Amino acid sequence: MSDEKKSTSRTTGTINVKRGLAEMLKGGVIMDVVTPEQAKIAEDAGAVAVMALERVPADIRVDGGVARMSDPEMIEGIKATVTIPVMAKARIGHFVEAQILEALGVDYVDESEVLTPADEKHHIDKWAFTVPFVCGATNLGEALRRISEGACMIRSKGEAGTGNVIQAVRHLRTILGDIKRIGQADSAEIFDWAKRLQAPVSLVQEIAETGTLPVPMFCAGGLATPADAALVMQLGAEAVFVGSGIFKSENPEPRAKAIVEATTNFNNPDILAKVSRGLGVPMTGIGMDELDMKLEDRGW
Amino acid sequence: MGVLALQGAFESHIRVLNTLEIESVEVRNSESLDSVDGLIIPGGESTAISMLLESNQLREPLQKRLSNGMPVFGTCAGMIILSEKILDGREDQTPLGAIDIMVRRNAFGRQIDSFESQLEIEGLNSPFPAIFIRAPIVQSAGESVKILATIEDQIVLCCNETTLVASFHPELSDDVRIHEMFVSMAK
Repeated sequence: MSDEKKSTSRTTGTINVKRGLAEMLKGGVIMDVVTPEQAKIAEDAGAVAVMALERVPADIRVDGGVARMSDPEMIEGIKATVTIPVMAKARIGHFVEAQILEALGVDYVDESEVLTPADEKHHIDKWAFTVPFVCGATNLGEALRRISEGACMIRSKGEAGTGNVIQAVRHLRTILGDIKRIGQADSAEIFDWAKRLQAPVSLVQEIAETGTLPVPMFCAGGLATPADAALVMQLGAEAVFVGSGIFKSENPEPRAKAIVEATTNFNNPDILAKVSRGLGVPMTGIGMDELDMKLEDRGW
Repeated sequence: MGVLALQGAFESHIRVLNTLEIESVEVRNSESLDSVDGLIIPGGESTAISMLLESNQLREPLQKRLSNGMPVFGTCAGMIILSEKILDGREDQTPLGAIDIMVRRNAFGRQIDSFESQLEIEGLNSPFPAIFIRAPIVQSAGESVKILATIEDQIVLCCNETTLVASFHPELSDDVRIHEMFVSMAK
């Protein structure tokens, strides 16, 4: 017995390991890509991860119909091309799509409102998985419900595929504003906050004690320029997702790189001025009053 | 103590330094690098951090400080960046060569293979709760390198006179002993 080689035991899928990867992505840019070529451009530009999907949100809007999980072949093609983490989207409540993505070895699953929801009441029980999940939220209650279901990263939703940052700002301010207000609440008020937010008291208490969300808080939905990325970082986002904003612009390579540099140097207007120059035409974008489908309303 | 703040888990390192009551500086440019006596390079994506070292014009000054013997501590991506040679990296990824090791990126597999483990470490009298996230390993180390911990015969913590590198993330555990180890190295 004694000369048997001691093997160290490993525990996978713990909360530290799942939230830990989100910690590593902080200060970075996660880019939507639809082909291995785009994934390569994203990695070359300094993306910290790519989101592999069949159509970017701007195209999902135009095409209509049902948007589903991407073809595994396409996800594998992207996994084989880059060395950075690869994320992929499952429909809200579609736990089998999530099982498939876990079997494919994606690094993060996004249970996303950008795809057509599969369940009108239930989100995926994310505790049942080894792979970590990110979920969108428009307000603190939604964020805490997702965390109580096992999400290890929250992204403010914004309005995907619009190139319009207004909703991202609204959601970020709503979530971070309520976190600040809870920090000033007394112990009796915490219960009322939990009731109003429709969220577990224990999570609201945790926010009251720590002053932050228990998981990293990133921002997504409608970011199109380096200035947009720096704006949400200054407002308190810890990293950014850029979807249609890069590959729907005139000149994706320099724009991708500029957004990466802007996210790191979000507090330095001189660098922001430098990287914002000569990037070509950004995606055209859509005003909120021109929208006939609001993706942010999906999720319960 | 400086913490390289281009991308990644730099805030977690700052939190540990605060616990140890050590003043910290976020390093994003050469001026802030000049003001520190030692540097921590955090976990994150090594490809992104390498590129940002270039675009923020930090690579050359950092290389210079390292060759002048500035103490440095790298965790995960930080270890990759401080190594002599990188396997399974991008072809254009040039490490800083602060410690004579060859590292393999993502050596344990993808995120679903990421794990926690109680690690025996030389100089510590009880195991350390180590968190490995898409972690690299030290494939081989030169004679100047002192090995401090291994997992199934793979090196995961090692040092030379001025450089300490870890495959895992001591900044994510509630255990400050490895940071203390670095602080005493830096004195």
